[in-house]
Amino acid sequence: MNRRPGFLVYGLLAAFVLGSALPLYWSFVIGSHTKAEAEQFPPPILPGGHFLENARKVLDTIDFWQSLANSLIVSTACAASVVFFSTLAGYAFAKLRFRGSNVLMGFVVLTMAVPVQLAMVPLFILMRDYQLLDTLAAVALPTLVTAFGVFFMRQYLVDAVPEELIEAARMDGCTMLRTFWTVAVPAARPAMAILFLFTFMQVWTDYMWPLVALDTKNTLQTALDALAVTGQGQTTDYALVLAGTGMATLPLLLLFVLAGRQLVTGIMQGAVKG
Amino acid sequence: MTQQVPGSPAGEVTATSPAGGPPPPTDGPDRPVPHGSDAAHRRLLRRQRRSRWDLKLSPYLYVSPFFVLFALVGLFPLLYTGFLAVHDWNRAYYVRGEYVGLDNFTWVLHDPVFRKSLVNTFSIFLMSSVPQVLLAVSIAGLLDNRLRGRTFWRMSVLLPFVVAPAAAVLIFGSLFADQSGVVNGFLRELGFDGIRWHVDRWWSHLAIAGMVNWRWTGYNALIFLAAMQAVPRDLYEAAALDGAGRVRQFLSVTLPMIRPTMVFVIVTSTIGGLQVFTEPRLFDDTPSREGGADHQFMTTTLYVYVKGIEDQFYGRASAAAWILFLIIVAIAVLNFALTRLLTRRSAS
Repeated sequence: MNRRPGFLVYGLLAAFVLGSALPLYWSFVIGSHTKAEAEQFPPPILPGGHFLENARKVLDTIDFWQSLANSLIVSTACAASVVFFSTLAGYAFAKLRFRGSNVLMGFVVLTMAVPVQLAMVPLFILMRDYQLLDTLAAVALPTLVTAFGVFFMRQYLVDAVPEELIEAARMDGCTMLRTFWTVAVPAARPAMAILFLFTFMQVWTDYMWPLVALDTKNTLQTALDALAVTGQGQTTDYALVLAGTGMATLPLLLLFVLAGRQLVTGIMQGAVKG
Repeated sequence: MTQQVPGSPAGEVTATSPAGGPPPPTDGPDRPVPHGSDAAHRRLLRRQRRSRWDLKLSPYLYVSPFFVLFALVGLFPLLYTGFLAVHDWNRAYYVRGEYVGLDNFTWVLHDPVFRKSLVNTFSIFLMSSVPQVLLAVSIAGLLDNRLRGRTFWRMSVLLPFVVAPAAAVLIFGSLFADQSGVVNGFLRELGFDGIRWHVDRWWSHLAIAGMVNWRWTGYNALIFLAAMQAVPRDLYEAAALDGAGRVRQFLSVTLPMIRPTMVFVIVTSTIGGLQVFTEPRLFDDTPSREGGADHQFMTTTLYVYVKGIEDQFYGRASAAAWILFLIIVAIAVLNFALTRLLTRRSAS
């Protein structure tokens, strides 16, 4: 709608945004107070000065840095793999003619709707039989490719690469792979960045699969789990738990500040074309 | 699906050369092949043959990594779940027992805990999806204005999305703590009794749905916004000329126009919403962590985890997984049909 909106629109939006920022703010407020302060009512409403103290306790309780490194490794590996294979396949589906391409693409779309999580038991057995349990490889394996990635790259590349360019490259004697590399990849770069971001976040925030696949090791999410149960039996030390939550959320928050714009673009792009 | 320009599509340059006859040189236009230089000619032929294979095989080569990996970690496990489900499993030795037909399915369907988990799953799903879609559409409607600071608003509604579900549960767990929680604190302040969010079945569902909604509403609002921005603006002008106010325009122009997106969001949120796992597992403050002392908020995915990974009843867990899978597919299809029907009616 084209008219300049009035105060009501801004007011409602602001209320929604404040409301959704509140829980996050809350975790930083409580995470920076002592246990005693955190349990008061009315609760503190401003950040306190005990965050470092709580953070040190978090570092003593869980292997935070190792978990952070594990999350980074797994998320980066999956994101890189998904981007590479999706661009390759997406390009083939968008721009190359081959027998069976429609059927295969239909299959990709169909698999997008299949909830892979439900296969956790056989995946667990598979990892166990190949002695991969409790390795980072086991965490990464199920997300090395995603149907969504292929679909997303195909949708993008259909419009992003002009036929004439491919034709010209072929005329110049480029092999197919070289054509892909010199023509399609540069054109696909914005979509590749977005897909990387999404896959990275998806793997980073996943809790269930690392819980199944890992035993002694942790990703950030399973480490948070461990932090939450330390105080079992007594009242939970929410100052400690929420300090840990804040620490675990900071990396993605940073990513959001740096690349939130791309994230928004990606969601909106995926939607219109999907 | 491939959108080739008619005429001389890219890949076809060499393929159009007649398969049988002598292939025309492709290296340069009309480069003469020296007579008597057999070696050169053969080289050319070889290169051409290679180029043709390159052209034919490359597409398959490019899509094959996806299909191979997907077959390995997606399709095979899913089918293997079916195989597991119809066999007995010796838990002590991890060996497959005999074929038992549908026994595992019967056992699971008669298990009161499984039934409870199904009801919980649906209840949490309804409490999260319905308000979420309504709120997301409204937020999108607000964002679909000529706002100052467009990017700021769009990024702001997405903020909760960067908080991982595990972190979100811990935050909400503290807010909704039965004794010390702020929410109960305010309720008591207002003269109500505190609500036992972790104990009472339906209240716990509401708390869990709240976390899910918190994380996904903004995300879905952006998807709706994208669809709204694709609506031709002159439709609104026409509606305005007909005397339609803003709300009326939203209801009779915007909503019908974003129908495909509506279907998309509802179907995807169904698939996701029926598999909630992190929230019910981490919201639990009892040591067993099976969705509350009385399984009052155990979802079916959590049931599959407890039965399969913790208790190692592979057959039962797989049967439960398949039942949930079939339910998800059925509801996705039903949703698809229903949404189309309803929005079409409101459009006419």
